[in-house]
Amino acid sequence: MSSTVTSGGGRAGKIRAGRPGAVWALPAVLFFTFFAVVPMALAFYLSFTKWDGLGDPKPVGLANWQKLLDDPRLTQSLGITVLLTVASWAFQTVVALLLGVWAAGRQRNRAVLSAIFFVPFLLSSTAISILFYALLDPNFGIIQKDTLGSSSGAFLAIVFVGGWQFIPFHTLIYQGGARQIPQVLYQAAAIDGAGRYRQFFSITLPQLRHTITTSTVLIVVGSLTYFETVLILTKGGPGTDTAILPYLMYEAGFKTYDFGYASAIASALVLAATGLSLVLIRLSGFGGMRSTREGM
Amino acid sequence: MSHDTLPRPTTTDKRPERQRPEGRRRSRHWTRRANPLAGLGSIIWLVIVLVPIYAMLSASLTGPDKALTGNPLKPPTDPTLDNYNTVLSSGFWHLLSNTVIVAVTVVGIVLVLCVPLAYVAVRARTRWSGAAFRLFLLGVAIPAQAVVVPLYLLIAKLDLYDSLLAVILPTAAFAMPVSVLVLTGTLRDISEDLYEAMALDGASPLRMLFQLTIPLAKGGISTVVIYAALQAWNGFLFPLIFTQSDEPRVLTLGLFNFVSQFGVNIPALLASVVLSGIPIFAVYLVARRALIGGLMGVGGK
Repeated sequence: MSSTVTSGGGRAGKIRAGRPGAVWALPAVLFFTFFAVVPMALAFYLSFTKWDGLGDPKPVGLANWQKLLDDPRLTQSLGITVLLTVASWAFQTVVALLLGVWAAGRQRNRAVLSAIFFVPFLLSSTAISILFYALLDPNFGIIQKDTLGSSSGAFLAIVFVGGWQFIPFHTLIYQGGARQIPQVLYQAAAIDGAGRYRQFFSITLPQLRHTITTSTVLIVVGSLTYFETVLILTKGGPGTDTAILPYLMYEAGFKTYDFGYASAIASALVLAATGLSLVLIRLSGFGGMRSTREGM
Repeated sequence: MSHDTLPRPTTTDKRPERQRPEGRRRSRHWTRRANPLAGLGSIIWLVIVLVPIYAMLSASLTGPDKALTGNPLKPPTDPTLDNYNTVLSSGFWHLLSNTVIVAVTVVGIVLVLCVPLAYVAVRARTRWSGAAFRLFLLGVAIPAQAVVVPLYLLIAKLDLYDSLLAVILPTAAFAMPVSVLVLTGTLRDISEDLYEAMALDGASPLRMLFQLTIPLAKGGISTVVIYAALQAWNGFLFPLIFTQSDEPRVLTLGLFNFVSQFGVNIPALLASVVLSGIPIFAVYLVARRALIGGLMGVGGK
Protein backbone atom coordinates (compact mmCIF):
# COMPACT_ATOMS: atom_id res chain seq x y z
CA MET A 1 0.00 0.00 0.00
CA SER A 2 1.32 3.40 -0.83
CA SER A 3 2.63 5.43 2.03
CA THR A 4 3.34 8.62 0.16
CA VAL A 5 0.96 11.36 -0.74
CA THR A 6 1.07 13.04 -4.08
CA SER A 7 -0.95 16.03 -3.15
CA GLY A 8 -1.67 17.80 0.10
CA GLY A 9 -1.17 21.44 0.78
CA GLY A 10 -0.18 23.52 3.76
CA ARG A 11 0.77 21.79 6.96
CA ALA A 12 0.01 18.40 5.49
CA GLY A 13 2.69 18.80 2.89
CA LYS A 14 5.42 19.09 5.49
CA ILE A 15 5.66 15.44 6.25
CA ARG A 16 5.02 13.16 3.35
CA ALA A 17 6.00 9.86 4.88
CA GLY A 18 3.71 8.00 7.23
CA ARG A 19 0.43 8.87 5.58
CA PRO A 20 -1.90 6.05 4.61
CA GLY A 21 -3.00 5.66 1.01
CA ALA A 22 -6.62 6.22 0.05
CA VAL A 23 -6.72 2.50 -0.82
CA TRP A 24 -7.40 1.77 2.84
CA ALA A 25 -10.81 3.30 2.47
CA LEU A 26 -11.69 1.06 -0.44
CA PRO A 27 -13.22 -1.92 1.44
CA ALA A 28 -15.60 0.36 3.35
CA VAL A 29 -16.49 2.33 0.22
CA LEU A 30 -17.15 -0.82 -1.83
CA PHE A 31 -19.22 -2.44 0.92
CA PHE A 32 -21.33 0.65 1.49
CA THR A 33 -21.71 1.28 -2.23
CA PHE A 34 -22.88 -2.27 -2.82
CA PHE A 35 -25.43 -2.41 0.01
CA ALA A 36 -26.65 1.19 0.12
CA VAL A 37 -25.71 3.31 -2.91
CA VAL A 38 -26.38 0.71 -5.62
CA PRO A 39 -29.76 -0.21 -4.08
CA MET A 40 -30.67 3.47 -4.02
CA ALA A 41 -29.85 3.78 -7.71
CA LEU A 42 -31.77 0.55 -8.35
CA ALA A 43 -34.77 2.03 -6.56
CA PHE A 44 -34.80 4.88 -9.07
CA TYR A 45 -34.49 2.41 -11.93
CA LEU A 46 -37.27 0.17 -10.57
CA SER A 47 -39.56 3.18 -10.19
CA PHE A 48 -39.77 3.24 -14.00
CA THR A 49 -40.70 -0.44 -14.23
CA LYS A 50 -43.49 -2.82 -13.39
CA TRP A 51 -42.34 -5.76 -11.29
CA ASP A 52 -44.16 -8.19 -9.02
CA GLY A 53 -41.04 -9.83 -7.57
CA LEU A 54 -41.12 -12.73 -10.02
CA GLY A 55 -39.59 -12.65 -13.48
CA ASP A 56 -37.93 -9.52 -14.78
CA PRO A 57 -38.96 -5.88 -14.25
CA LYS A 58 -40.71 -4.42 -17.33
CA PRO A 59 -40.08 -0.77 -18.22
CA VAL A 60 -43.25 1.30 -18.04
CA GLY A 61 -41.87 4.82 -18.26
CA LEU A 62 -43.39 7.37 -15.92
CA ALA A 63 -46.50 5.33 -15.09
CA ASN A 64 -45.56 4.77 -11.43
CA TRP A 65 -44.70 8.43 -10.88
CA GLN A 66 -47.94 9.47 -12.56
CA LYS A 67 -49.81 7.08 -10.28
CA LEU A 68 -47.94 8.48 -7.29
CA LEU A 69 -48.90 12.05 -8.11
CA ASP A 70 -52.53 11.01 -8.63
CA ASP A 71 -52.66 8.94 -5.45
CA PRO A 72 -54.70 10.80 -2.82
CA ARG A 73 -52.92 8.72 -0.15
CA LEU A 74 -49.60 10.36 -1.09
CA THR A 75 -50.66 13.88 -0.13
CA GLN A 76 -52.23 12.55 3.04
CA SER A 77 -49.15 10.45 3.80
CA LEU A 78 -46.75 13.33 3.20
CA GLY A 79 -48.84 15.50 5.49
CA ILE A 80 -48.84 12.85 8.24
CA THR A 81 -45.10 12.26 7.87
CA VAL A 82 -44.35 15.98 8.25
CA LEU A 83 -46.83 16.39 11.10
CA LEU A 84 -45.42 13.36 12.91
CA THR A 85 -41.87 14.69 12.52
CA VAL A 86 -42.79 18.14 13.81
CA ALA A 87 -44.86 16.82 16.73
CA SER A 88 -42.14 14.33 17.71
CA TRP A 89 -39.51 17.03 17.50
CA ALA A 90 -41.49 19.43 19.68
CA PHE A 91 -42.39 16.78 22.29
CA GLN A 92 -38.94 15.20 22.51
CA THR A 93 -36.98 18.45 22.40
CA VAL A 94 -38.96 20.24 25.10
CA VAL A 95 -38.98 17.31 27.53
CA ALA A 96 -35.42 16.18 26.85
CA LEU A 97 -34.00 19.70 27.05
CA LEU A 98 -35.65 20.40 30.39
CA LEU A 99 -34.81 16.97 31.84
CA GLY A 100 -31.26 17.12 30.48
CA VAL A 101 -30.50 20.52 31.99
CA TRP A 102 -32.05 19.37 35.26
CA ALA A 103 -30.09 16.11 35.22
CA ALA A 104 -26.86 18.01 34.62
CA GLY A 105 -26.95 19.08 38.27
CA ARG A 106 -24.87 16.80 40.43
CA GLN A 107 -27.32 16.14 43.26
CA ARG A 108 -27.67 12.54 44.35
CA ASN A 109 -31.44 12.37 43.72
CA ARG A 110 -30.94 13.69 40.19
CA ALA A 111 -28.37 10.99 39.46
CA VAL A 112 -30.71 8.28 40.74
CA LEU A 113 -33.70 9.56 38.76
CA SER A 114 -31.58 9.95 35.61
CA ALA A 115 -30.58 6.30 35.88
CA ILE A 116 -34.28 5.34 36.04
CA PHE A 117 -35.27 7.71 33.22
CA PHE A 118 -32.90 5.87 30.93
CA VAL A 119 -34.57 2.47 31.28
CA PRO A 120 -37.11 2.78 28.39
CA PHE A 121 -34.25 3.24 25.93
CA LEU A 122 -33.00 -0.26 26.82
CA LEU A 123 -36.00 -1.83 25.11
CA SER A 124 -36.09 -2.20 21.32
CA SER A 125 -38.67 -0.12 19.48
CA THR A 126 -40.43 -3.35 18.56
CA ALA A 127 -40.69 -4.29 22.25
CA ILE A 128 -41.91 -0.80 23.19
CA SER A 129 -44.50 -0.80 20.41
CA ILE A 130 -45.80 -4.17 21.60
CA LEU A 131 -45.86 -2.95 25.20
CA PHE A 132 -48.07 0.01 24.28
CA TYR A 133 -50.12 -2.07 21.89
CA ALA A 134 -50.99 -4.16 24.95
CA LEU A 135 -51.42 -1.23 27.34
CA LEU A 136 -53.68 0.62 24.89
CA ASP A 137 -55.80 -2.46 24.24
CA PRO A 138 -59.36 -1.34 25.01
CA ASN A 139 -60.19 -4.55 26.90
CA PHE A 140 -56.94 -5.08 28.72
CA GLY A 141 -55.22 -1.76 28.93
CA ILE A 142 -54.81 1.12 31.34
CA ILE A 143 -57.12 3.42 29.41
CA GLN A 144 -60.35 1.51 28.92
CA LYS A 145 -61.02 3.32 25.68
CA ASP A 146 -60.28 2.58 22.05
CA THR A 147 -57.43 5.08 21.79
CA LEU A 148 -55.99 3.59 18.62
CA GLY A 149 -59.43 3.53 16.98
CA SER A 150 -59.61 7.30 16.52
CA SER A 151 -57.24 9.02 14.13
CA SER A 152 -56.13 11.72 16.57
CA GLY A 153 -55.72 9.11 19.33
CA ALA A 154 -53.64 6.88 17.06
CA PHE A 155 -51.48 9.79 15.95
CA LEU A 156 -50.87 10.99 19.50
CA ALA A 157 -50.11 7.43 20.60
CA ILE A 158 -47.36 7.17 17.96
CA VAL A 159 -45.88 10.51 19.01
CA PHE A 160 -46.02 9.52 22.68
CA VAL A 161 -44.53 6.06 22.17
CA GLY A 162 -41.70 7.50 20.06
CA GLY A 163 -41.03 10.06 22.77
CA TRP A 164 -41.17 7.48 25.54
CA GLN A 165 -38.45 5.54 23.78
CA PHE A 166 -36.16 8.31 22.56
CA ILE A 167 -36.46 11.07 25.19
CA PRO A 168 -33.99 9.19 27.47
CA PHE A 169 -31.39 9.30 24.72
CA HIS A 170 -31.88 12.99 23.95
CA THR A 171 -31.93 13.81 27.67
CA LEU A 172 -28.49 12.24 27.81
CA ILE A 173 -27.25 14.43 24.96
CA TYR A 174 -28.58 17.58 26.64
CA GLN A 175 -27.17 16.51 29.99
CA GLY A 176 -23.73 16.18 28.38
CA GLY A 177 -24.17 19.53 26.65
CA ALA A 178 -25.32 21.37 29.77
CA ARG A 179 -22.38 20.07 31.78
CA GLN A 180 -19.98 21.70 29.34
CA ILE A 181 -21.39 25.17 29.89
CA PRO A 182 -18.77 27.08 31.93
CA GLN A 183 -20.05 27.70 35.48
CA VAL A 184 -18.46 31.12 35.42
CA LEU A 185 -21.18 32.33 33.04
CA TYR A 186 -23.83 31.57 35.65
CA GLN A 187 -21.80 33.16 38.40
CA ALA A 188 -21.40 36.33 36.36
CA ALA A 189 -25.11 36.39 35.54
CA ALA A 190 -26.07 35.93 39.17
CA ILE A 191 -23.81 38.80 40.20
CA ASP A 192 -25.64 40.88 37.61
CA GLY A 193 -28.86 39.88 39.33
CA ALA A 194 -30.24 37.51 36.72
CA GLY A 195 -32.73 35.03 38.15
CA ARG A 196 -32.96 31.34 37.43
CA TYR A 197 -35.31 31.67 34.43
CA ARG A 198 -33.42 34.59 32.98
CA GLN A 199 -30.25 32.50 33.25
CA PHE A 200 -31.95 29.59 31.49
CA PHE A 201 -33.02 31.69 28.52
CA SER A 202 -29.94 33.92 28.33
CA ILE A 203 -27.18 31.40 29.06
CA THR A 204 -28.33 27.79 28.97
CA LEU A 205 -30.35 27.90 25.74
CA PRO A 206 -27.82 29.86 23.65
CA GLN A 207 -24.95 27.74 24.96
CA LEU A 208 -26.81 24.58 23.98
CA ARG A 209 -27.46 25.59 20.37
CA HIS A 210 -25.08 23.02 18.89
CA THR A 211 -26.57 20.31 21.07
CA ILE A 212 -30.04 21.34 19.94
CA THR A 213 -29.00 21.05 16.28
CA THR A 214 -27.45 17.62 16.77
CA SER A 215 -30.46 16.34 18.66
CA THR A 216 -32.79 17.81 16.03
CA VAL A 217 -30.94 16.07 13.18
CA LEU A 218 -31.24 12.77 15.01
CA ILE A 219 -34.95 13.25 15.77
CA VAL A 220 -35.84 14.28 12.23
CA VAL A 221 -33.89 11.45 10.59
CA GLY A 222 -35.18 9.07 13.27
CA SER A 223 -38.83 9.91 12.79
CA LEU A 224 -38.56 8.31 9.35
CA THR A 225 -37.82 5.03 11.09
CA TYR A 226 -41.04 4.96 13.11
CA PHE A 227 -42.01 2.19 10.72
CA GLU A 228 -42.32 -0.60 13.28
CA THR A 229 -44.20 1.61 15.72
CA VAL A 230 -46.79 2.34 13.03
CA LEU A 231 -46.89 -1.27 11.82
CA ILE A 232 -47.43 -2.70 15.30
CA LEU A 233 -49.58 0.00 16.92
CA THR A 234 -51.92 1.08 14.13
CA LYS A 235 -51.10 -0.71 10.84
CA GLY A 236 -51.43 2.73 9.31
CA GLY A 237 -54.97 3.05 10.61
CA PRO A 238 -57.65 3.86 11.37
CA GLY A 239 -58.13 3.74 7.61
CA THR A 240 -54.95 5.28 6.26
CA ASP A 241 -54.82 8.05 8.86
CA THR A 242 -51.38 7.17 10.26
CA ALA A 243 -49.86 5.68 7.08
CA ILE A 244 -46.53 7.53 6.96
CA LEU A 245 -44.45 7.28 3.75
CA PRO A 246 -42.35 4.24 4.77
CA TYR A 247 -45.52 2.39 5.70
CA LEU A 248 -47.18 3.28 2.40
CA MET A 249 -44.08 1.96 0.63
CA TYR A 250 -44.15 -1.25 2.66
CA GLU A 251 -47.79 -1.90 1.80
CA ALA A 252 -47.29 -1.24 -1.91
CA GLY A 253 -44.23 -3.47 -2.03
CA PHE A 254 -44.76 -6.32 0.36
CA LYS A 255 -48.56 -6.48 0.65
CA THR A 256 -49.66 -5.87 -2.93
CA TYR A 257 -46.33 -6.82 -4.60
CA ASP A 258 -46.27 -3.71 -6.77
CA PHE A 259 -42.51 -3.23 -6.45
CA GLY A 260 -42.37 -0.61 -9.21
CA TYR A 261 -44.82 1.63 -7.39
CA ALA A 262 -43.13 0.94 -4.05
CA SER A 263 -39.84 2.05 -5.60
CA ALA A 264 -41.40 5.30 -6.77
CA ILE A 265 -42.50 6.02 -3.18
CA ALA A 266 -39.05 4.99 -1.92
CA SER A 267 -37.37 7.32 -4.42
CA ALA A 268 -39.57 10.18 -3.28
CA LEU A 269 -38.56 9.35 0.31
CA VAL A 270 -34.86 9.43 -0.62
CA LEU A 271 -35.26 12.78 -2.34
CA ALA A 272 -37.06 14.26 0.66
CA ALA A 273 -34.59 12.80 3.16
CA THR A 274 -31.53 13.89 1.19
CA GLY A 275 -32.80 17.44 0.82
CA LEU A 276 -33.64 17.63 4.49
CA SER A 277 -30.33 16.13 5.60
CA LEU A 278 -28.29 18.46 3.39
CA VAL A 279 -29.96 21.42 5.10
CA LEU A 280 -29.52 19.93 8.57
CA ILE A 281 -25.90 18.83 7.98
CA ARG A 282 -25.04 22.32 6.84
CA LEU A 283 -26.68 23.72 9.98
CA SER A 284 -24.97 21.26 12.30
CA GLY A 285 -21.47 21.58 10.86
CA PHE A 286 -21.03 17.80 10.73
CA GLY A 287 -19.19 18.24 7.45
CA GLY A 288 -16.39 20.34 8.89
CA MET A 289 -12.95 18.78 8.81
CA ARG A 290 -11.60 20.73 11.75
CA SER A 291 -11.18 19.47 15.27
CA THR A 292 -14.11 20.15 17.55
CA ARG A 293 -11.62 21.43 20.08
CA GLU A 294 -10.17 24.14 17.92
CA GLY A 295 -10.51 27.52 19.51
CA MET A 296 -10.88 26.11 23.00
CA MET B 1 -15.46 13.89 20.16
CA SER B 2 -16.16 11.72 23.10
CA HIS B 3 -13.14 10.20 24.68
CA ASP B 4 -11.92 13.28 26.45
CA THR B 5 -15.04 15.31 26.83
CA LEU B 6 -17.20 12.64 28.41
CA PRO B 7 -15.48 11.08 31.36
CA ARG B 8 -13.89 14.37 32.20
CA PRO B 9 -16.74 16.30 33.78
CA THR B 10 -17.05 13.77 36.58
CA THR B 11 -13.36 13.80 37.41
CA THR B 12 -12.16 17.32 36.73
CA ASP B 13 -15.24 19.01 38.04
CA LYS B 14 -15.07 17.21 41.32
CA ARG B 15 -11.39 17.47 42.02
CA PRO B 16 -11.22 21.23 42.43
CA GLU B 17 -14.27 21.00 44.66
CA ARG B 18 -12.44 18.74 47.03
CA GLN B 19 -9.29 20.79 47.00
CA ARG B 20 -10.98 24.11 47.53
CA PRO B 21 -13.83 23.94 49.97
CA GLU B 22 -14.52 27.59 49.42
CA GLY B 23 -15.08 27.03 45.71
CA ARG B 24 -17.40 24.19 46.50
CA ARG B 25 -19.58 26.31 48.71
CA ARG B 26 -19.77 28.86 45.99
CA SER B 27 -20.65 26.39 43.25
CA ARG B 28 -23.27 24.90 45.52
CA HIS B 29 -24.87 28.29 45.58
CA TRP B 30 -25.29 28.26 41.83
CA THR B 31 -26.01 24.66 40.92
CA ARG B 32 -27.32 22.99 44.03
CA ARG B 33 -30.25 25.21 44.83
CA ALA B 34 -33.50 23.30 44.94
CA ASN B 35 -35.76 24.02 42.00
CA PRO B 36 -39.31 23.07 42.98
CA LEU B 37 -40.79 23.48 39.49
CA ALA B 38 -38.13 21.27 37.90
CA GLY B 39 -38.49 18.81 40.76
CA LEU B 40 -42.21 18.56 40.07
CA GLY B 41 -41.59 18.07 36.35
CA SER B 42 -39.11 15.30 37.01
CA ILE B 43 -41.60 13.51 39.28
CA ILE B 44 -44.23 13.71 36.54
CA TRP B 45 -41.80 12.19 34.03
CA LEU B 46 -40.86 9.53 36.57
CA VAL B 47 -44.53 8.51 36.72
CA ILE B 48 -44.76 8.46 32.92
CA VAL B 49 -41.69 6.22 32.76
CA LEU B 50 -42.59 3.89 35.60
CA VAL B 51 -46.32 3.29 35.11
CA PRO B 52 -45.96 1.40 31.79
CA ILE B 53 -42.99 -0.57 33.14
CA TYR B 54 -44.87 -1.46 36.29
CA ALA B 55 -48.00 -2.41 34.35
CA MET B 56 -45.90 -4.59 32.07
CA LEU B 57 -44.18 -6.42 34.93
CA SER B 58 -47.37 -6.86 36.88
CA ALA B 59 -49.39 -8.09 33.89
CA SER B 60 -46.64 -10.51 32.86
CA LEU B 61 -47.08 -12.22 36.25
CA THR B 62 -50.85 -12.55 35.89
CA GLY B 63 -52.53 -15.80 34.88
CA PRO B 64 -54.25 -15.68 31.47
CA ASP B 65 -57.71 -16.22 32.96
CA LYS B 66 -57.44 -13.08 35.11
CA ALA B 67 -55.81 -10.89 32.47
CA LEU B 68 -58.96 -9.54 30.87
CA THR B 69 -60.90 -8.92 34.05
CA GLY B 70 -58.40 -7.06 36.22
CA ASN B 71 -56.97 -3.58 35.97
CA PRO B 72 -53.30 -3.86 34.93
CA LEU B 73 -52.37 -1.26 37.56
CA LYS B 74 -53.47 -3.56 40.39
CA PRO B 75 -50.78 -5.94 41.59
CA PRO B 76 -51.53 -9.55 40.54
CA THR B 77 -53.40 -11.47 43.25
CA ASP B 78 -51.54 -14.74 42.77
CA PRO B 79 -48.43 -14.10 40.67
CA THR B 80 -47.26 -16.87 38.37
CA LEU B 81 -44.22 -17.44 36.17
CA ASP B 82 -46.27 -19.48 33.67
CA ASN B 83 -46.12 -16.73 31.06
CA TYR B 84 -42.34 -16.71 31.19
CA ASN B 85 -42.26 -20.47 30.78
CA THR B 86 -44.57 -20.16 27.78
CA VAL B 87 -42.21 -17.66 26.13
CA LEU B 88 -39.05 -19.58 26.99
CA SER B 89 -40.50 -22.75 25.47
CA SER B 90 -41.53 -20.88 22.31
CA GLY B 91 -38.00 -20.64 20.96
CA PHE B 92 -36.88 -17.58 22.90
CA TRP B 93 -33.29 -18.79 23.32
CA HIS B 94 -32.96 -19.41 19.61
CA LEU B 95 -34.17 -15.87 18.85
CA LEU B 96 -31.80 -14.40 21.42
CA SER B 97 -28.76 -16.28 20.14
CA ASN B 98 -29.54 -15.19 16.56
CA THR B 99 -29.72 -11.57 17.67
CA VAL B 100 -26.43 -11.87 19.56
CA ILE B 101 -24.74 -13.39 16.47
CA VAL B 102 -26.10 -10.56 14.31
CA ALA B 103 -25.00 -7.86 16.77
CA VAL B 104 -21.47 -9.23 17.23
CA THR B 105 -20.91 -9.70 13.48
CA VAL B 106 -22.31 -6.26 12.63
CA VAL B 107 -20.02 -4.60 15.21
CA GLY B 108 -17.04 -6.54 13.81
CA ILE B 109 -17.75 -5.57 10.19
CA VAL B 110 -18.37 -1.93 11.07
CA LEU B 111 -15.11 -1.62 13.03
CA VAL B 112 -12.95 -3.43 10.48
CA LEU B 113 -14.28 -1.26 7.65
CA CYS B 114 -14.83 2.12 9.33
CA VAL B 115 -11.67 2.53 11.41
CA PRO B 116 -9.33 2.42 8.36
CA LEU B 117 -11.72 4.64 6.44
CA ALA B 118 -11.83 7.28 9.17
CA TYR B 119 -8.05 7.02 9.55
CA VAL B 120 -7.62 7.69 5.84
CA ALA B 121 -10.22 10.46 5.79
CA VAL B 122 -8.38 12.31 8.57
CA ARG B 123 -4.78 11.44 7.65
CA ALA B 124 -4.46 10.92 3.91
CA ARG B 125 -5.73 14.30 2.70
CA THR B 126 -6.02 13.24 -0.90
CA ARG B 127 -8.92 13.98 -3.19
CA TRP B 128 -10.07 10.37 -3.03
CA SER B 129 -10.11 10.14 0.75
CA GLY B 130 -12.18 13.31 0.93
CA ALA B 131 -14.62 11.89 -1.61
CA ALA B 132 -14.88 8.68 0.40
CA PHE B 133 -15.74 10.67 3.51
CA ARG B 134 -18.39 12.71 1.70
CA LEU B 135 -19.99 9.51 0.40
CA PHE B 136 -20.71 8.51 3.99
CA LEU B 137 -21.77 12.00 4.94
CA LEU B 138 -24.47 11.81 2.29
CA GLY B 139 -25.16 8.22 3.29
CA VAL B 140 -26.59 9.48 6.58
CA ALA B 141 -29.55 10.65 4.51
CA ILE B 142 -30.41 7.27 2.99
CA PRO B 143 -33.25 5.82 5.06
CA ALA B 144 -33.12 2.03 5.22
CA GLN B 145 -36.81 1.96 4.29
CA ALA B 146 -36.06 3.56 0.94
CA VAL B 147 -33.83 0.75 -0.29
CA VAL B 148 -35.54 -2.41 0.97
CA VAL B 149 -37.14 -3.22 -2.38
CA PRO B 150 -33.87 -3.19 -4.40
CA LEU B 151 -32.03 -4.80 -1.49
CA TYR B 152 -34.60 -7.56 -1.55
CA LEU B 153 -33.75 -8.09 -5.22
CA LEU B 154 -30.02 -8.02 -4.47
CA ILE B 155 -30.29 -10.41 -1.54
CA ALA B 156 -32.36 -12.82 -3.61
CA LYS B 157 -29.83 -12.72 -6.48
CA LEU B 158 -26.98 -13.38 -4.03
CA ASP B 159 -28.92 -16.40 -2.77
CA LEU B 160 -28.85 -14.98 0.75
CA TYR B 161 -32.62 -14.69 1.25
CA ASP B 162 -33.80 -16.16 4.58
CA SER B 163 -30.33 -16.33 6.14
CA LEU B 164 -28.65 -14.44 8.98
CA LEU B 165 -26.24 -12.87 6.46
CA ALA B 166 -29.24 -11.27 4.74
CA VAL B 167 -29.80 -9.35 7.99
CA ILE B 168 -26.14 -8.81 8.92
CA LEU B 169 -24.77 -7.29 5.70
CA PRO B 170 -27.35 -4.50 5.15
CA THR B 171 -27.52 -3.73 8.88
CA ALA B 172 -23.75 -3.24 8.94
CA ALA B 173 -23.87 -1.05 5.81
CA PHE B 174 -26.52 1.21 7.32
CA ALA B 175 -24.66 1.53 10.62
CA MET B 176 -21.60 2.81 8.77
CA PRO B 177 -22.40 6.49 8.04
CA VAL B 178 -22.92 7.53 11.67
CA SER B 179 -19.96 5.34 12.73
CA VAL B 180 -17.73 7.11 10.21
CA LEU B 181 -18.87 10.52 11.45
CA VAL B 182 -18.22 9.60 15.08
CA LEU B 183 -14.81 8.08 14.30
CA THR B 184 -13.56 10.93 12.12
CA GLY B 185 -14.68 13.33 14.85
CA THR B 186 -12.57 11.44 17.40
CA LEU B 187 -9.58 10.95 15.12
CA ARG B 188 -9.43 14.64 14.25
CA ASP B 189 -8.74 15.41 17.90
CA ILE B 190 -5.50 13.38 17.88
CA SER B 191 -2.65 15.83 17.67
CA GLU B 192 -0.64 16.08 14.48
CA ASP B 193 2.57 16.29 16.57
CA LEU B 194 2.14 12.71 17.78
CA TYR B 195 2.00 11.48 14.20
CA GLU B 196 4.99 13.58 13.27
CA ALA B 197 6.98 12.15 16.16
CA MET B 198 6.16 8.62 15.04
CA ALA B 199 6.96 9.46 11.42
CA LEU B 200 10.39 10.69 12.49
CA ASP B 201 10.93 7.27 14.07
CA GLY B 202 10.14 5.81 10.67
CA ALA B 203 6.85 4.25 11.70
CA SER B 204 4.65 2.93 8.90
CA PRO B 205 1.04 4.14 8.63
CA LEU B 206 -0.10 0.69 9.75
CA ARG B 207 1.99 0.88 12.91
CA MET B 208 0.69 4.38 13.63
CA LEU B 209 -2.87 3.09 13.26
CA PHE B 210 -2.38 0.32 15.80
CA GLN B 211 0.00 2.01 18.24
CA LEU B 212 -1.27 5.58 18.18
CA THR B 213 -4.65 6.08 16.54
CA ILE B 214 -6.61 3.13 17.90
CA PRO B 215 -5.41 3.48 21.52
CA LEU B 216 -6.23 7.21 21.49
CA ALA B 217 -9.59 6.70 19.79
CA LYS B 218 -10.98 4.29 22.39
CA GLY B 219 -13.83 6.66 23.28
CA GLY B 220 -15.02 6.97 19.69
CA ILE B 221 -14.57 3.27 19.09
CA SER B 222 -16.65 2.32 22.11
CA THR B 223 -19.33 4.74 20.93
CA VAL B 224 -19.37 2.98 17.56
CA VAL B 225 -19.51 -0.44 19.21
CA ILE B 226 -22.54 0.58 21.26
CA TYR B 227 -24.24 2.35 18.37
CA ALA B 228 -23.74 -0.53 15.91
CA ALA B 229 -24.78 -3.13 18.48
CA LEU B 230 -27.96 -1.17 19.24
CA GLN B 231 -28.76 -0.86 15.52
CA ALA B 232 -28.45 -4.62 15.20
CA TRP B 233 -30.37 -5.24 18.43
CA ASN B 234 -33.24 -2.94 17.38
CA GLY B 235 -33.27 -3.84 13.71
CA PHE B 236 -36.72 -4.85 12.53
CA LEU B 237 -37.26 -3.95 8.89
CA PHE B 238 -34.41 -6.01 7.38
CA PRO B 239 -35.29 -9.19 9.32
CA LEU B 240 -38.98 -8.65 8.47
CA ILE B 241 -38.34 -8.50 4.74
CA PHE B 242 -35.23 -10.62 4.22
CA THR B 243 -36.07 -13.60 6.42
CA GLN B 244 -39.03 -15.89 6.62
CA SER B 245 -38.39 -19.18 8.42
CA ASP B 246 -37.73 -19.95 12.09
CA GLU B 247 -34.06 -20.67 11.53
CA PRO B 248 -32.69 -17.12 10.97
CA ARG B 249 -35.38 -15.32 12.98
CA VAL B 250 -34.07 -12.62 15.32
CA LEU B 251 -35.57 -11.37 18.58
CA THR B 252 -37.42 -8.30 17.27
CA LEU B 253 -39.14 -10.30 14.55
CA GLY B 254 -39.85 -13.08 17.03
CA LEU B 255 -41.59 -10.58 19.32
CA PHE B 256 -43.62 -9.34 16.36
CA ASN B 257 -44.68 -12.91 15.56
CA PHE B 258 -45.66 -13.49 19.20
CA VAL B 259 -48.33 -10.79 18.72
CA SER B 260 -50.30 -13.09 16.44
CA GLN B 261 -49.09 -16.33 18.05
CA PHE B 262 -50.17 -15.41 21.59
CA GLY B 263 -53.25 -13.52 20.38
CA VAL B 264 -55.33 -12.49 23.38
CA ASN B 265 -52.76 -13.93 25.79
CA ILE B 266 -51.43 -10.46 26.48
CA PRO B 267 -49.62 -11.46 29.72
CA ALA B 268 -47.46 -13.90 27.74
CA LEU B 269 -46.83 -11.23 25.12
CA LEU B 270 -45.70 -8.81 27.82
CA ALA B 271 -43.53 -11.51 29.39
CA SER B 272 -41.77 -11.80 26.03
CA VAL B 273 -41.20 -8.03 26.02
CA VAL B 274 -39.72 -8.21 29.54
CA LEU B 275 -37.45 -11.11 28.58
CA SER B 276 -36.26 -9.29 25.47
CA GLY B 277 -35.18 -6.35 27.61
CA ILE B 278 -33.29 -8.33 30.25
CA PRO B 279 -29.99 -8.82 28.34
CA ILE B 280 -29.51 -5.10 27.69
CA PHE B 281 -30.75 -4.26 31.17
CA ALA B 282 -28.03 -6.57 32.54
CA VAL B 283 -25.43 -4.76 30.43
CA TYR B 284 -26.80 -1.45 31.76
CA LEU B 285 -26.45 -2.60 35.37
CA VAL B 286 -22.89 -3.84 34.88
CA ALA B 287 -21.53 -1.16 32.57
CA ARG B 288 -23.81 1.85 32.96
CA ARG B 289 -21.00 4.35 32.81
CA ALA B 290 -19.52 2.94 29.60
CA LEU B 291 -22.93 2.64 27.95
CA ILE B 292 -23.98 6.18 28.88
CA GLY B 293 -20.60 7.62 27.90
CA GLY B 294 -20.66 5.81 24.59
CA LEU B 295 -24.16 6.98 23.77
CA MET B 296 -23.33 10.57 24.65
CA GLY B 297 -20.66 10.22 21.97
CA VAL B 298 -23.34 9.61 19.31
CA GLY B 299 -24.68 13.04 20.16
CA GLY B 300 -21.23 14.53 19.89
CA LYS B 301 -20.57 17.80 21.58
